[in-house]
This record gives sequence, structure tokens and C-alpha cells, in this order.
Amino acid sequence: MQFDTWVEFVDMGGHGLYVWLSFAIAAGIIIINVMLPWINQKKLIGSLQRKFQREGDLK
Amino acid sequence: MNMQKKQLMPKWFYQMASPKWCYKITGKLLPLFSCTGLALLLLGTVWALLYAPEDYQQGNSFRIIYIHVPSAILAQSIYVTMALAGAVGIIWKMKIADMVAYACAPVGASMAFLALITGAIWGKPTWGSWWVWDARLTSMLILLFLYFGVMALYAAMGKPSRAARATAILSLVGLVNIPIIKYSVEWWNTLHQPATFSLTEKPAMPVQMWLPLLVMVLGFYCFFATAMMLRLRNEILSREKRTNWVKELVTKV
Repeated sequence: MQFDTWVEFVDMGGHGLYVWLSFAIAAGIIIINVMLPWINQKKLIGSLQRKFQREGDLK
Repeated sequence: MNMQKKQLMPKWFYQMASPKWCYKITGKLLPLFSCTGLALLLLGTVWALLYAPEDYQQGNSFRIIYIHVPSAILAQSIYVTMALAGAVGIIWKMKIADMVAYACAPVGASMAFLALITGAIWGKPTWGSWWVWDARLTSMLILLFLYFGVMALYAAMGKPSRAARATAILSLVGLVNIPIIKYSVEWWNTLHQPATFSLTEKPAMPVQMWLPLLVMVLGFYCFFATAMMLRLRNEILSREKRTNWVKELVTKV
């Protein structure tokens, strides 16, 4: 462990803002990259289900 | 007359061409890559922030390397993957390869953006400036614009087969930028430090520093595989929506 207290850990020797900002942006980008296609998949499957149901009703 | 088509590539290469097979296999691979990726990224982050020793010159701002280097490596690997997939799509007329290239572009662009933004954040305390027109930084910015160009071209062209061809050619031409990025720190006098990792030499930093970096790089690769496969599967479903197997798959649930 490199830090003795929480304050030291958050402060990062005065570079806290830079370090935490970098890690936060990285986390945001990674989450967006996984969540967006995941949400799109749910939407796509839902719309395909409705489409096939409609086609089934017509027959 | 016995006209048997000669198979030049291994069997799996031809199986890959089947969207149905590809959808099935990526469905099996997804949990593997997403769980491994999440575990590696969490482990790497805790290790990088809490246990890696601080740099004797840069202090704790050096910890940005654990985001900056993996995202920069990924931005370039994804670009090469995208260009090669595009080439396979042109040469073998393989639709799946086109879809892989399409799925790569946004993930690659976000990695290039992440590398640039963390570089800027790191540059401020280290060089005293957010941005310098240095060879490494400029060639990396060009990479981001190449990604934007590829994505814009996809958006502008309606027909998927034509869009795939045009973007594949654009990304293959842009491939020339990759060695420029790599050697920019050697060819020109730059502020940017030379490569952290190389395949042939031992890293210049101590093991307590580079081991968590390696974990992060592997975690980022798993993340890329996850994000790319998620996009690829959506693309397969929407392009194959008129087929029976998609109908069976969707209505079954």
C-alpha cells in the first residue's frame, strides 16, 4: 500500500485531480461502449419480435 | 467432371463466413471475455492506484500511464484489426468481415480519444501544457480523425456492401499512419517518451510498475473483444432479419 490515509490517497501528492479525472473518463468510456450496444440489442430484439408477430397475424 | 473447389484456408475461416455460426460462437465467447475483462480491469485499477510505487520524478501523476498506454495500444490494434477485416471483406467477399470492421470503428475511436485526453491531462503536470504539436501527439490525432472519417463514410453511404468497400479502402490507406505513430518518437525529436513496452526488450521500469500495466492492457483487450462482439451481434441480427434462423431465435424467447 502506497498511501497511509484516505486523504493522501485522494490527494495523490497534489496530482489527485489529474489522476482521478483520467480514471473517471476511462471508466465512463468503457461503460458507454458496453452499455450502448447492450441497450440497442434489447431494442432490436423487441422490434424484431413485434415485426414477426405482425407478420404472423397477417397470415 | 469433378470440379471441387479448392479450400485455401482452414475450415474455421469458412465457418466464420456464416452469420448464424458467428452469432452462436460470439454468444459463447461473450461471457468469457466480459468476465475476464471486468476482473482484469478491477484488479489492474486497484493495483495501479494503491500498490504501484510512485515515479521518482513524476510522483503520482505517473499513475495515468495505466489508462494512457493501454488505450493508446488498443487504438492502434483496433485500427489494424479494422483495416485487415476490411481487406478480408474485399478479397473474400465475406460479409462478417465487413461487419467486424464496422463494429471496430466506434470502439477504436473512443480508445484514440481516451489516449489523447489522458495524454493531455498527464501533460499538464508533467510538461506544463495540455497540448503540444509533437509528432507522437499529432499522428495520434490523425488516427482519431481517420476513425471519424471511417465512421462518417459508413453513415453517409446507404448500401452496406458499398459502404464496406469504401471504408475498407480508406482504412487500408490510413494504415500507413500506424508505423508513423510507432516510430514518431524515434524519427523526430519529441517531448513524448519512447515506448514503455516492446516485445524484444525488458521494460525499463521495475516489475511492480509494469506488471499492473500488463494487467490493464490485457483487461483493455478483453473489453475491446466484448464491445466489438456486442456491436457485431447487433449488426448480424439487423442485417439478417429476413432469415429464418433470426426469426426462430427471436420468437423462441
